[in-house]
Parts: sequence; structure tokens; C-alpha cells
Amino acid sequence: MLAAAMLIILGSSAVLCLYRIGRGPTTPDRMVGIDILGVLVVGFASVACILSGRDFVINIALAWALLSFVGTLALAKHLEGKGFDE
Amino acid sequence: MSSWLGTVLWLVGAAFDLVGCIGLVRLPDVYNRLQAGTKCVTLGTCLILLGTALLADCPACSAKAAMCLLFVLVTAPTAAHALARGAKVSGVPLWEGSVVDEWDATVDRGGERS
Repeated sequence: MLAAAMLIILGSSAVLCLYRIGRGPTTPDRMVGIDILGVLVVGFASVACILSGRDFVINIALAWALLSFVGTLALAKHLEGKGFDE
Repeated sequence: MSSWLGTVLWLVGAAFDLVGCIGLVRLPDVYNRLQAGTKCVTLGTCLILLGTALLADCPACSAKAAMCLLFVLVTAPTAAHALARGAKVSGVPLWEGSVVDEWDATVDRGGERS
């Protein structure tokens, strides 16, 4: 019951993010959607760790948090028209 | 006790995530969407991670969830700030109902913001 509720709520949140990524209308809108979808996946992976009973799944949440942050910063720098090391 | 608390934290966090994503779809321009999405989804994901730290069986999982919580709490607002700055520099206009644009006022006064 709890598992179904969590999966439905987080899944519909992810669908709303995907709608914003697909719809646009500008490039920063899509980047905002990607950023927020990354944060959602972190929470989803930690829920999946408890629900599946496999301990290693929490590592996915940790790695996804790190990589999503770096990816969003790279996208933001690209929007400003700079390279990543400036 | 901690199982009940973790379950409640999970459900409240998921509700915050859903409200943030509804704001991401409904609000009028990129800055409003960034505001709603980042605030609500950061709080919701932090509550979910806190619930995971309480619900986990092994201490290592609790520690990793707590580390993840701290990291999300620090990096999500940073990433949102960088995205808003990038959107403004790349020329995305504000919604026509916005009342003030302090960025343009600062640039017109001599531009201490580069």
C-alpha cells in the first residue's frame, strides 16, 4: 500500500517534469525540467532502496546527486555562452 | 516509532514533490517555474531522504542517505541559481505580469554585475 502510493506519486511527478521538458517553450525551461527530474530520481532511488531491500541502491542516489549537479552546472555555463572551466 | 515517523516523512515529502512538479507545469515563465520547482522538490526530496535514513536497516544505508540529504540541500539551490543566471544572460524575458527586474536596473546603473 505504501509502496504503491509512493510509486504513483513520484511517477506522476516525473511525468509532469517530462511534460515540461518536452513542451519547452525555451531552452532554459527544458534545463529546469532536467534539473528537477534529477533531484526527483535521487528521492526515488532512496525509496527503491528501502522497498526492494537491496542495500546497494542507495549508492545510485548518491552518485546521481553528484552527477546531476555537475551536469546542471555545465548546462548553465553553456547558457551563459562560456566553457565549463571559465 | 521510527518506522511510523519514516513513513510519514516519506508521504509528506512525496506530496511536496508532486506540488512542486504541478508548479513546474502551471506557472507562466522560466523564473517562476524554477522557483516553485526548486524549493518544493528540494524540501520534498530531503524529507524523503530523512525518512529513508530512519527506515533503513543497516547503519551504512542511514549514513549514506544522510550524506545524500546534505548534498542535495547544498547543491540544488546552487544549481538553480546558476540556471536562473544563465537564463537571464541568454536573454529569456520575464513574464509580462512581473513587477520589477532588479537585474536590468543594476546593469543600467553601470553594471557591477558582469
